[in-house]
Amino acid sequence: MTRRQIPVVERILSANDRIAANNRERLRGHGITTVNIMSSPGAGKTTLLLATIRALGEACKIGVIEGDVASQVDADKIAQAGVPVVQINTGGGCHLEASMVQQALNALPLEEIQLLFIENVGNLICPAGFDLGQDYNVALLSVPEGHDKPYKYPSMFEFVDLVLVTKTDVLPYMDFDLAEFRRLVHGLNPRAPVLPLSARTGEGMEAWLEWLEAAVRR
Amino acid sequence: MHELPVTEGILRIAIEHAEKAGARRITDIHLVIGDLAGFVDDSIQFYFDILTPGTLAEGAKLHFHRVATRLRCWECGHEFHPPERDWTCPACGAMGGEVRAGKEFYVESIEIE
Repeated sequence: MTRRQIPVVERILSANDRIAANNRERLRGHGITTVNIMSSPGAGKTTLLLATIRALGEACKIGVIEGDVASQVDADKIAQAGVPVVQINTGGGCHLEASMVQQALNALPLEEIQLLFIENVGNLICPAGFDLGQDYNVALLSVPEGHDKPYKYPSMFEFVDLVLVTKTDVLPYMDFDLAEFRRLVHGLNPRAPVLPLSARTGEGMEAWLEWLEAAVRR
Repeated sequence: MHELPVTEGILRIAIEHAEKAGARRITDIHLVIGDLAGFVDDSIQFYFDILTPGTLAEGAKLHFHRVATRLRCWECGHEFHPPERDWTCPACGAMGGEVRAGKEFYVESIEIE
């Protein structure tokens, strides 16, 4: 039997990309702005979302998709804040995929939502590779993690629209160099604003809320 | 963990194209993976060996063509391969650059019988 070479040139994640495009179309059809929130575990994604829900109040109708390997813990906290929420458990998977978000959208009252947050699985690597259908990507880095992370996880910081430095209330006790962190992020991604904040004290929250309000209006 | 769905994607693409070409079996799969794409060759190979028995791709050889990260300096336009912990442009000393290569992640071609 003769051997033949067949050119293919197909992106390996093309199946995911197609579902993500469908999600995007569906969400935009409802006039929903979708923000994908990514960080390591424990960087403060859920705490930031709770503070954001409190701050925006009635001004903006929020919905949340919670992605975790296991448990309902985060979704329960969001539900207590009075916001529609769906928990996705990836069952060991290290990131959300577009098909999981597609399922979650079926369980949300889309006509009642203006701003949808997707809280990705805590992981600074894998979520960057999988489109979900979001309009914006936001990465959180908490002060205790250290300012050198863009060197170690470049793909995360290279593609996001906004970087939030969280837990700034512990800055006095850490060797975190905010100027150096900004320099590294802007090395690969000069357009992404870097906003420091503390969801605990409220310091820096206004700039984040202003960014969100502009994103919803766009 | 991450490499399992990715390897399923590779297999799906390879088998789809092999079936279209009326192949009896796939002997080789050529992948192009950028260093920034974040995928580990050994891990893809590991899942590939688990997933392929009984498929057209059983026994196929995976070839990994790695693409090094290349930045284009924001200031002077010089293109360079940055070492791991230094993104300064060797020509002008400015910080970082646009990622011109290193994010590739696709099946380039397959060989069939």
